[in-house]
Amino acid sequence: MAEQFIQHLLEQAKNTTALPFLADINQQGQQAFARAVLPGRKTEAWKYTPLTRFSAEDYGVPENSQLNEALTAATRLDDLDAAKIVFINGTLSHELSDAMALDEVTLFSQASADQQTLIREQLGTLIADAGDSAHLFNDLNNAAVNEGVLLHVAKNSRLSRPLQLVQLTTSDQAAFQVNARLLVVLESGAEATLIEQYDSDDEAQVSFTNAVTEIVIGDNARLQHYRLQMMQEQAQHIGSTFVALNRDSHYKGFHLALGSQLTRNDVVINHNVGGSHCELNGVYIPQNEQLVDFHTCVEHKVAHCTSDEVFRGIMNDKAKAVFNGRIHIHPQAQKTLAELSNKNLLLTNNAEINTKPELEIYADDVKCAHGATVAQLEEKALFYLQSRGVSKREAEVMLSFGFINELLEALPHAAVTRTLRPLLARRFGRDQNLSRHLLESLDDDARHAGERA
Amino acid sequence: MISINNLHANVEDKEILKGLNLDIKPGEIHAIMGPNGAGKSTLGNVLAGRENYEVTAGSATLNGKNILEMEPEERAREGLFLAFQYPVEIPGVSNLEFLKASVDAVREQQGKEALDSVQFLKLAREKCKAVNLDASFLKRGVNEGFSGGEKKRNELMQMMLLEPQLCILDETDSGLDIDALQVVADGVNAMRDPNRSFIVVTHYQRLLDYIVPDYVHVLSDGKIVKSGGKELALELEQKGYGWLETSDNGAA
Repeated sequence: MAEQFIQHLLEQAKNTTALPFLADINQQGQQAFARAVLPGRKTEAWKYTPLTRFSAEDYGVPENSQLNEALTAATRLDDLDAAKIVFINGTLSHELSDAMALDEVTLFSQASADQQTLIREQLGTLIADAGDSAHLFNDLNNAAVNEGVLLHVAKNSRLSRPLQLVQLTTSDQAAFQVNARLLVVLESGAEATLIEQYDSDDEAQVSFTNAVTEIVIGDNARLQHYRLQMMQEQAQHIGSTFVALNRDSHYKGFHLALGSQLTRNDVVINHNVGGSHCELNGVYIPQNEQLVDFHTCVEHKVAHCTSDEVFRGIMNDKAKAVFNGRIHIHPQAQKTLAELSNKNLLLTNNAEINTKPELEIYADDVKCAHGATVAQLEEKALFYLQSRGVSKREAEVMLSFGFINELLEALPHAAVTRTLRPLLARRFGRDQNLSRHLLESLDDDARHAGERA
Repeated sequence: MISINNLHANVEDKEILKGLNLDIKPGEIHAIMGPNGAGKSTLGNVLAGRENYEVTAGSATLNGKNILEMEPEERAREGLFLAFQYPVEIPGVSNLEFLKASVDAVREQQGKEALDSVQFLKLAREKCKAVNLDASFLKRGVNEGFSGGEKKRNELMQMMLLEPQLCILDETDSGLDIDALQVVADGVNAMRDPNRSFIVVTHYQRLLDYIVPDYVHVLSDGKIVKSGGKELALELEQKGYGWLETSDNGAA
């Protein structure tokens, strides 16, 4: 069955790829994917993430790309003024996409000769560099890449508005696959905000989104990156983010995983030149029978770089999560400062988390701290809230939300916080009464904003 | 107000309260003193309904209702308030949201109209001011990063917001400097009311100079071993507790 799954997707990739300037990468991907073996329980990196159920489907080419109200609503991020590119089941939505008007943004299919050259040079290089951190679905993405988005910000310039790239899925006639590809190149001194969003409506669907994002951040350039995975619970999602950091560059990422039945997210950060800094934060909140698997890897290849990674997870119902946080400090990477914290909350006895910080340190003059915890709601805190008249259930909702609220409040774009807040609050307080106090606008700023509106 | 009869309670299978009796009428302030390990904090926790504090015998009725059968939140809504000795820090949960939830729940039980967010904010700021706590504390996480004194004042602020009938102050004076003590005492005195009662648990006579009790009880080995007027506190300050342990049970 596994062989058939690979064979089927390989054939489909061969039949659908058409852009001549991507022929090389397509071919390399197809060769690599043809050799691939579907990982099973004995493959360490996929040990807790069984692919049997997921790979039993034949994911074909989507046919429906009809916009509907729920899909339109999903692309709204409060009052954020973002330039958008929206795909529905892999096809561009002209109604919702306006970002192509920006010089910095183009679709692969509309790339100019210069842009084609840039894409040809850069696309796939970070996957190739990633070694063991890359996997067969990255090969599949290379094999099938036919459309994609390029964000290219020129030297010392700033992307005037955040770019919001949305991959939406909706129901289709049969099981389907979406191959999503994004290439970000920030030249030296450039700055940008990128919101990468995966979402869907509630219509029944059997879908598999395979996303790859490669980000090259030039000297002294900065990227604020949000990756929001909020697909419906029947969808399947495998996504990788590769980041290359150059001298004194900054990457700030917030990776949220709420959606899909199976989520596998790999984040690979490469400190390639000294002085670079990365802040990688993430939140995962699987519920019902969802499974979320985060594999992060921070490669400190050179001296004088810092990384600060904080992931928090809350598992409800029978959900499972995997967090594997690797920090690899190479022999040359002296004076590295690296921190990793992963805290987890289990809301039920049937929920499960497998967390593993993985430190490999080959330099002797470094500071590296890591910690992983798994806990249930604290009895003392629960009692404190109850002793003030708050019902046990509402207290549980408040404490669960509080567990991730610090990361949410720290986001630099308040509109993103405001969009996510109700989604996350309702994740715990499914009964409206239980989340209402989290959603009341009590602080002055919000209230004044309300009065202005 | 509250009537506690022959109360026995275990913590982790160890008997801590061993037949405690206490009767408090509306408007009275009762101080409870006693050596370490006598069960003073246990009393507050048992009355507030903390899990793992197991009542094995006896009763406690608040305004005629048996509170020992109730969940902690129901007791709070019935008008019982425990000011904690060590208020817990809850990062990520906003003080304001928590207080609004609390005030809403208590007011609903009392049949009072719900406050809208403007009314509530105004009230919360007022109470902050009354205990000399900057209003910016409202926006922080519950007790997050508060100093010892700020935590105690936050407890008092909550008490003022909720206007409970029975206030239990569990060593609210411990760790307070003299100025903070004065603020707390002023707050309590301002809340004195013919329909409100207080149980003030303390180690030190000092607090009782500021909050003058109607009765003083000595709790020792899980029972009240002596009761008297406010002068008993002075006597304890001079003589310590040793002289009581062999004397007869003088509980009121």
